[in-house]
Amino acid sequence: MSEQPTVVRPYGDMTGDGMVQVSFTLPVPHDKRAEGAALQLAGKMGLSPALLVHAKAMGPSHTFFVVYGSVTHLVDLSAVQVVERDFPLLSAKDVNTTIKKRLRRPLVVVGACIGTDAHTVGIDAILNIKGFAGEKGLEYYSEIHVVNLGAQVLVPDLVERAREENADAVLVSQVVTQRDAHIHNTTQMSAAFREAYPAGTVPLLIAGGPRFEEGTAAALGVDRIFGKGTTPSEVASYLVHALTGDQPRGARQTERTSA
Amino acid sequence: MSPTTVAPPPRLELDPRVVRKARTLARRLGRPVVDIARSHTTVSVERATLRLAGLAGADHERVPWVNHLVDAVRDQVGLEHGVTTPVWDALRRDEAPDLLTLAQKASAGSVSFRIPEKKGELSGARRAARAAVRPGLQRIDRQRAARDRLVGRLGDPPQRPWVYLIVATGDIYEDIPQAQAAAREGADVIAVIRSTGQSLLDYVPEGATREGFAGTYATQENFRLMRAALDDVSKELGRYVRLTNYASGLCMPEIATLAGLERLDMMLNDSMYGILFRDINPVRTFVDQRFSRQIHARAGIIINTGEDNYLTTADAVEAAHTVTVSQLMNEYFGREAGLEDWQLGLGHAFEINPDLPDSFRMELAHALLARQLFPDAPLKWMPPTKHMTGDIFKGYLLDGFFNLVGAMTGQSILLVGMMTEAVVTPFLSDRDLALQNVRYVQRAAGGLTEDFHPPRDGFIQTRARQVLSEAVELLEKITDEKVAKASGSTPLLEAIGDGTFGLMKRPKDQGKGLDGVARRADGYDNPATTMLEEGTR
Repeated sequence: MSEQPTVVRPYGDMTGDGMVQVSFTLPVPHDKRAEGAALQLAGKMGLSPALLVHAKAMGPSHTFFVVYGSVTHLVDLSAVQVVERDFPLLSAKDVNTTIKKRLRRPLVVVGACIGTDAHTVGIDAILNIKGFAGEKGLEYYSEIHVVNLGAQVLVPDLVERAREENADAVLVSQVVTQRDAHIHNTTQMSAAFREAYPAGTVPLLIAGGPRFEEGTAAALGVDRIFGKGTTPSEVASYLVHALTGDQPRGARQTERTSA
Repeated sequence: MSPTTVAPPPRLELDPRVVRKARTLARRLGRPVVDIARSHTTVSVERATLRLAGLAGADHERVPWVNHLVDAVRDQVGLEHGVTTPVWDALRRDEAPDLLTLAQKASAGSVSFRIPEKKGELSGARRAARAAVRPGLQRIDRQRAARDRLVGRLGDPPQRPWVYLIVATGDIYEDIPQAQAAAREGADVIAVIRSTGQSLLDYVPEGATREGFAGTYATQENFRLMRAALDDVSKELGRYVRLTNYASGLCMPEIATLAGLERLDMMLNDSMYGILFRDINPVRTFVDQRFSRQIHARAGIIINTGEDNYLTTADAVEAAHTVTVSQLMNEYFGREAGLEDWQLGLGHAFEINPDLPDSFRMELAHALLARQLFPDAPLKWMPPTKHMTGDIFKGYLLDGFFNLVGAMTGQSILLVGMMTEAVVTPFLSDRDLALQNVRYVQRAAGGLTEDFHPPRDGFIQTRARQVLSEAVELLEKITDEKVAKASGSTPLLEAIGDGTFGLMKRPKDQGKGLDGVARRADGYDNPATTMLEEGTR
């Protein structure tokens, strides 16, 4: 491994040739000028020499191109930085088996839109079997029992239902952000749960919505925030990570209160 | 001859007794559900009826007047008599000069509704309601005639299957040029995808809309704008370009009505999708579905059912027979509601894991089975989604094989697969590449139906028979097990309740929209239902 170079180039059919293939469309009718324009873009992208292998009109005013070429850019492996997700992304099958193995009973999730928020788009995308972005919702997981309370649920009702169902996790969706309603509602919700449950037994509290800021979970009193574009499998994987992980429940609790 | 009849597909040599048995079982399962549909009404059925009478528009908070009026009537006298009798009784008592004013006053709580007791008043209110609702149905009839005229003048697409392309920007004014461009590039059917979650709204939004989540709201004005734009491009191209939208959800009857009024040509309308995938109450769904399909039948609209959804949640090999069962149920419910076979766009999809051996042969078997079971239905063939991984090159090949199955088995409507499925919304070039794929396969192999005869008792025939017999077994199991439980039970609802379909348990006393359901009283009257069932012009 130590012999691996830290600087690499794309690999076409031999080391160091730098060959890549790109395709794109320009909003220009197909003629000689369009092809020149495509080569100009390829040049600016660092392809030198660039080989225009295909050009085709897409209707009267657009042209589609395929270009092969050698990129002049170098990749410095020592300078690559990645932000790792702090939990592994699991397949539906792995989620189910892990729950079966570690909890030995279905994991119970209670979800709702609280306050005056009637936008169930978010909670339904995560919970409904229909799902979101080609992924099935949590209802699809055989080992997750989902109770979706829908829209405009009052916080006391949510707490009550979570207790009735022995919820392991509570998912709350907040889309409306007028006068910071999403923040007020979420803090009110987390406070109510802390009041109603003995310390250390509060279900995992999760808030989701397009306008929550990353890193504000602690301030809101919840365990996790999920933002725009979150898919059901991310939520399922997180649930498994947080609820069946090696660390005891107490540890998670302390982590949150101390944060 | 119906406009969607297709060339005879290759034969599978199914046992006609098994086919008959499958239909008998479907009928036996469906009938008690139809009885429930006939003995209940819903807020959306009542709102649709008011829409036929011309009540449109919304208040300043965009709550439609039909919602206000139905809610006001329900609060005062209940839904069980239907809203038209108390509404036209109030109009006859001069509570307001017209329907719109009545709805506005009712929303402020200043109208008192009643069920008239005197015979004369009762029949007067009913006559007035019937006279008010009839023009809505007549407009639907005129739109149907206009479609027939346009198809006669401009013609249908020259080839089969029809090419079905999706547009979804969220903004109707962006959708329009995209739809017109798609039609010019070869689309025969344009589907405008709805905003995520509209199926769960218990009202239909109003007006032209410019913002939606991953789709554009279905509204009457959006329907009108898009149909007008496609009429323009139809004339330019010399073929009638069809428009599709989605009825499924809590407002099926209303959206179906608006589609009829604005001459949409196809509507997504599945009998069980809302229950299984959106957790809508089963009774609400079946009541709404029946009314909406009666409207579609009247409007000459082709319905598209949603069997593809089963295969995205369950395994496409193991659950192949649930598609057949759902198709049989959709056929039964559709015909019962008055749809003719050429209006039954039953769905199925190319979703078998491509890593399995013989996956293509199984796809052929399943597609042929559907083709042969429903010879006169304009089957809708839907592309791979579950096994589209982001490897666009592999996805393009998979779409090619999907197109080939469509050509070899005589499918009627082909939803064009995009290699960007599960990656991004398709680029302009992706759509062009997808259409090239379709055209190449149609040109190269469109005539294969003539040469392709799966050998007797070979892999394809055997697999098709197996799926059919599994479907019959499932139908039998539901019928036997649940009937034994109690007389007067509804086996299909019981089966839905205990998770027989699509893995989801949906009890009949739960789910969204249940509070909008009411059992009809003896004196229930709904002039729209009456005229739809009589076939009154």
